[in-house]
Formats: sequence, C-alpha cells, structure tokens
Amino acid sequence: MSLPRIVITGVGLTAPNGNSLAEYRGNLLSGVARISRTEIRYMGPLLAGVCNFDPLRYQKKKELRVGTRAGSIGIYCAREALADAGLSAEQLVKDRTGVFVGITEHGNVETENEIYAISKFGYDTKFWSHYHNPRTVANNPAGEISLSLGTTGPAYTIGAACAAGNMGLIHAAQLLRLGEVDFAVCGGVSESIHTFGIYAGFKSQNALAHHEDPNRASRPFDKARNGIVISEGGALYTLERFDDALRRGAKIYAEIAGYCVNSDASDYVLPNPTRQAECVRSALSRSGLRAQDIHIVSTHATATPMGDIQECEAIRSVFGEGCPETWINNTKSFIGHAMGAAGALELAGNLPSFNDLIVHPTINVDELDPQCALPGLVINQPRKVERVDTILNNSFGMLGINSTLIVRRFLG
Amino acid sequence: MTQDEVKKVVLDIIADIAPDEDLSQLKSDVRLRDQMQLDSMDFLDIVMELRKRHGIEVPEADYLKLATLDSCGEYLAPKFAALSSKS
Repeated sequence: MSLPRIVITGVGLTAPNGNSLAEYRGNLLSGVARISRTEIRYMGPLLAGVCNFDPLRYQKKKELRVGTRAGSIGIYCAREALADAGLSAEQLVKDRTGVFVGITEHGNVETENEIYAISKFGYDTKFWSHYHNPRTVANNPAGEISLSLGTTGPAYTIGAACAAGNMGLIHAAQLLRLGEVDFAVCGGVSESIHTFGIYAGFKSQNALAHHEDPNRASRPFDKARNGIVISEGGALYTLERFDDALRRGAKIYAEIAGYCVNSDASDYVLPNPTRQAECVRSALSRSGLRAQDIHIVSTHATATPMGDIQECEAIRSVFGEGCPETWINNTKSFIGHAMGAAGALELAGNLPSFNDLIVHPTINVDELDPQCALPGLVINQPRKVERVDTILNNSFGMLGINSTLIVRRFLG
Repeated sequence: MTQDEVKKVVLDIIADIAPDEDLSQLKSDVRLRDQMQLDSMDFLDIVMELRKRHGIEVPEADYLKLATLDSCGEYLAPKFAALSSKS
C-alpha cells in the first residue's frame, strides 16, 4: 500500500534558550544553556527551564487570565509555526485543519493553584474558580489553539508522558495519511515547571538535578549527573501531505520517514532498554533504513543515573560499532527536560543540521560515564560532518511508552 | 459605602477581569454586556470577586440586579452597609 508522503513545512517554538528556531539553534551551536533558579511553591528555589516569549504577541490580556500556561505556549508556537509556513490563520481551511498536541500531564498546575487559593479561605469550595474545568480538561492546550486559530477540525491532546512530543507529530502524520485532515499543527507543549507536584514527585524519587551553577545542572552522560531539570516550553510544526505542500510552493524542512510507538509493559517508571531498542529498530524498518543510514540520533536521556545507561544500552544494541556516520547528541543538556515538549523541541534543535551539516553537542560532560560512552557521541563542541540526510529522535516516558520518529532530508 | 463608592468597587473588579477594555466611557445606566465584551463566565468572575474581596454574596436569583453599574450600586450598597454594621 502506498501512503502519502508527509512533510514538515513550518516550525514554531519556545525553549528556555530561544523563542524561534534561529535563536534556539544559534544557542545550541554556541553552547548556551539557559536554566534558572525559580521559586517553587512549598519547596523554595529550584532549577527550572523558563521560557520568556511574549504571550501578548498573539493573545489578549483577558485570554491570558482565563487560559492556561500550556495553552499560551501552544498558541505562541502554533502562530509562529503558521507564520513560518507562510500562512495566516485566515488562509487555513478551518474544518480540514487538525491540532494535535502532545502533553506529559495537564491540570496539575490549575488544580494546585485552586487548592492554594481556597486555602486562604479556610478551604471553602465556594471560592473555587468556575474556570477550573475548562482549564484542566485534558484537551485544554489544543482547544486553546483551535480557539485562537478559529480552526474547526479535530483538536486534542495526546497524553504520552515524556514521549508525547514525538507523538503529536506521529499522530498528525497518521491522520494526514488517512485523509482525516489536510493540514496539521502538531508537536508538544509543557507547563510543568508551574506545578510543585512534579518537582516533589521527582524529588521523592531522588531524580531532581542539583548543581551550584544552574546551567551546568542538566548533564546527560556525565559521570556526576544527578537527575532531571524540569522545563517548560513547546514546539509545534505544520505538517502537510507532500503534494499539497508542493502545490502551494511551501518551504520543506524535512520528510517524515517513519516512526514507531511501543510499550515496555514492565514497570511504572523504570525504562526498558529491550523495548526501547525494539522501538528504534521498528522505526528504522518502517522507514526502509538501516542503522548505518541514520546520521543523527537525538537521545531522550534525561540525566538520571540509570535512565541514561539504559538508553545507551538500547542505542548500542542497534547502532553498535558499524555506524561510522551516525552521530549522537542530547538537547536536554541545554534546556532541561521539557516534558511533553521535549521530543518536539529536540527534533527542532536538530532539523537545521540538514542545511548546515553541523551536529550540536551534548554539553556539561566533564567526565563521560564509561557506560554512556557511545561511539559517535558529540560532546561539548559542535561537530561539522559530511552528511546529514536522516535524524532519528527518541522520546520515552513513564508507564513505559517509547516513541521514535525518523525524518529525512527533503530530496524532492 | 455610598452607591458611587460601590460602583467604583465593581469597576475595579471589571478592570481586572476585562483588562483589554477601555472602561473610561462606560455609561452607568446601560447594561454592561451591551457596552463591552462580557460573557457569562466573566459575569461569574464579578460575583466571585465580590465574594473574595468583600465577603459579599450575590445569589443566582439576583444576578440580573448586576446588569448596569447603577443597578450594581443600588443592589450592593445595602449589602456593603449590612457588612460594615456587622464588623
């Protein structure tokens, strides 16, 4: 069966170190991380990746008051992606446009805020906001985007823990192929730095990073890594069928080559390298590619002591020593773990490699953990390479969900 | 609290819940919803903020009495008076 080819035609993002692809990429190549110390309710100052985009660029003050941070991040990214694709919201065929947004979680922020608010009133629930339900329904970020764009096609979120960023793209590609939509805005967003619960959960799990210098705290593959830096952010893409993109003369960033989503079925939190490797192999097979055909592997590694080793085990089992042109990196070392946005942001950070043939590094590696010493790992300095025709993007999440997305240079 | 002072209280609340609106030309005898973007959720905000900031309860049956700034003044002034006499 021949399926329509799907291409990426626009990128909109906000990351702790950039509010556009150009700024973000520039910082990834210059070694600029941007992690700050921020006050977390009940817990005090903790490390966070904070985004500083201007929400009033695309929203009114009232919309900011009524909506959520995830919605606001989504609207910013969606509008930026559309502009990058050379389209305005008015040009979209409203009922044929879908919005598919990956999220790790949603609703914690608003629920915590409301409980805190009513604590000032003796926990009397008559002070509970009437906005609580529209703010906390799981489709909120996608719904806010559809309200902003005026699109009337399907708009919903995809809950997939920290595999969600890839899942937004994968789901959009599937629906474009099925002909359910003709245009998709998709990717992932995260507002998780605004919930103390996520921090406290990781802290209780001994998985929260700490370091005197915030920008040195997220250090995947380093021997002294000590956990996750939580970040907010978002990356949304415009996806179209190739023929449609060609017809309107769209700029094409990349083509979706293949993907796989699978489940560990083994633990609530511990990763499973066997299933991760199966996910990567299946994505390769569906793309018609061999391991040695992949030029960049964008890892999920979050800088937890065990998780990094297990992902390296999975990658080693697939790519081994026989892939001299496969380069491996990690974006979380710059921006922390953007949760539901992570996969989408990490793919975006690597996309420009198709043009500049530079692989951005993973930074903060002072002493490489021998168990993470993968061949082709690009450490601390960007690397100019001869070929970048393919990027494989890994994103894994709790409850054992794995996603691998492969994109290829657009060759016409 | 006089009716004019009560109207100022309501205006302060409206300024917070409708921050994009220019309230300087608001006519006190015309329905608020006819002069500005104010939906039913915003209206519930007014009720909630009266409760939170001033301890004033407006039962659902009386919502229509908050239709204009003038009617807000007439309806709420006795409630503020009752509240201050208690305290």
